[in-house]
Amino acid sequence: MSNKKNWPLWEVFVRSKNGLEHRHFGSLHAADAEMALENARDVYTRRNEGVSIWVVESKHITASNPEHNGELFEPAQDKVYRHPTFYDLPDDVKHM
Amino acid sequence: MSEEQIKNLEEQFEARIARDEKIEPKDWMPEKYRQTHIRQISQHAHSEIVGMLPEGNWITRAPSLRRKVALLAKVQDEAGHGLYLYSACETLGISRDELYEQLHSGKAKYSSIFNYPTVTWADIGAIGWLVDGAAIINQVPLCSTSFGPYARAMVRVCKEESFHQRQGYEIMLKLCNGTPEQKEMAQDALNRWWWPSLMMLGPTDDMSVHTEQSMKWKLKRKTNDELRQQFIDQTVPQADILGLTIPDSDLKWNEERQSYDFGEIDWDEFWQVVKGHGPMNNARMKARVGAWERGEWVRDAAMAHAEKQQERKNKQVV
Repeated sequence: MSNKKNWPLWEVFVRSKNGLEHRHFGSLHAADAEMALENARDVYTRRNEGVSIWVVESKHITASNPEHNGELFEPAQDKVYRHPTFYDLPDDVKHM
Repeated sequence: MSEEQIKNLEEQFEARIARDEKIEPKDWMPEKYRQTHIRQISQHAHSEIVGMLPEGNWITRAPSLRRKVALLAKVQDEAGHGLYLYSACETLGISRDELYEQLHSGKAKYSSIFNYPTVTWADIGAIGWLVDGAAIINQVPLCSTSFGPYARAMVRVCKEESFHQRQGYEIMLKLCNGTPEQKEMAQDALNRWWWPSLMMLGPTDDMSVHTEQSMKWKLKRKTNDELRQQFIDQTVPQADILGLTIPDSDLKWNEERQSYDFGEIDWDEFWQVVKGHGPMNNARMKARVGAWERGEWVRDAAMAHAEKQQERKNKQVV
């Protein structure tokens, strides 16, 4: 095995057509950003799946930890007043 | 973590899977779930990569430009499938280098079917029709497996796989409608690939050690025997359309079961090939390891170039 450094891991995001957001498609290894883009073209868009590609080195992504989902997401759970159904209105009121 | 806590977590985990919830890489998972998935996903990835070799054998000798571009695209797809699967596997905390090392050292297995040689052009037809056909039957249920990255990779793979099978069947159709020699070539390929294709769906249920656990984790949704029966039932009529004979004298329609009965599979042959004694085991590994080693300077040069460019950029900023 080579002693030199291995190609880093990149995450690939593809916009499948204009008007839609970029979506995570998968990951791949590449020596640099330019090669990551070219490889992403070959690996993830062989059948016109995309019109735009983003690549970002995986180590630059900060992810939340599922074990902390409680503290992170629970505060939203008891705030029913953020939803329209929380408010009682007579049935006669239209267009609201 | 105490044993009690782990048991508790395991129970919650099994319940999540039973509710059809997906497991994502950073979620807690039992060590055995992780290891089983690393084994199965990497075997699957290795099979895609080694699977390029028997077909690559015919790219330069494809009989027409139409056949050549199709075969090239198919082999490129197999490379892509291997890459999707390696990425999915890496999310479980194993590196790409470790995965390659396991393949190259023989520690990890790949599908035995690729240890058979492709001696005529008809073999390319038979592989697309039968081997990809069996692979589709194996893979479709995996699109809803419990591990998110594996399921997502399989959705993409399955979308692309149907072209593979159709191009193979078209090759067979052309040969069967050709000269008597061409038809004979197609029959010969079917004779050689039929039984290995049946073996590809795995040992019989009573011999399969992983089936029960894998069914629970939805890593398997149907047993090997069910998948094999499904493959036979859908392939026999396809052989009839080609006018070819399935090389099994015990094969006959069972009205009561609404399925085909079929003959005994030679499992000794299967285990021999799994253990490394198939006709092409050595040649496949030699080709794979050779390609990896000959590519080392390219990988190193690309990395050196990337580092140099980065240094240059850093200097400009200063």
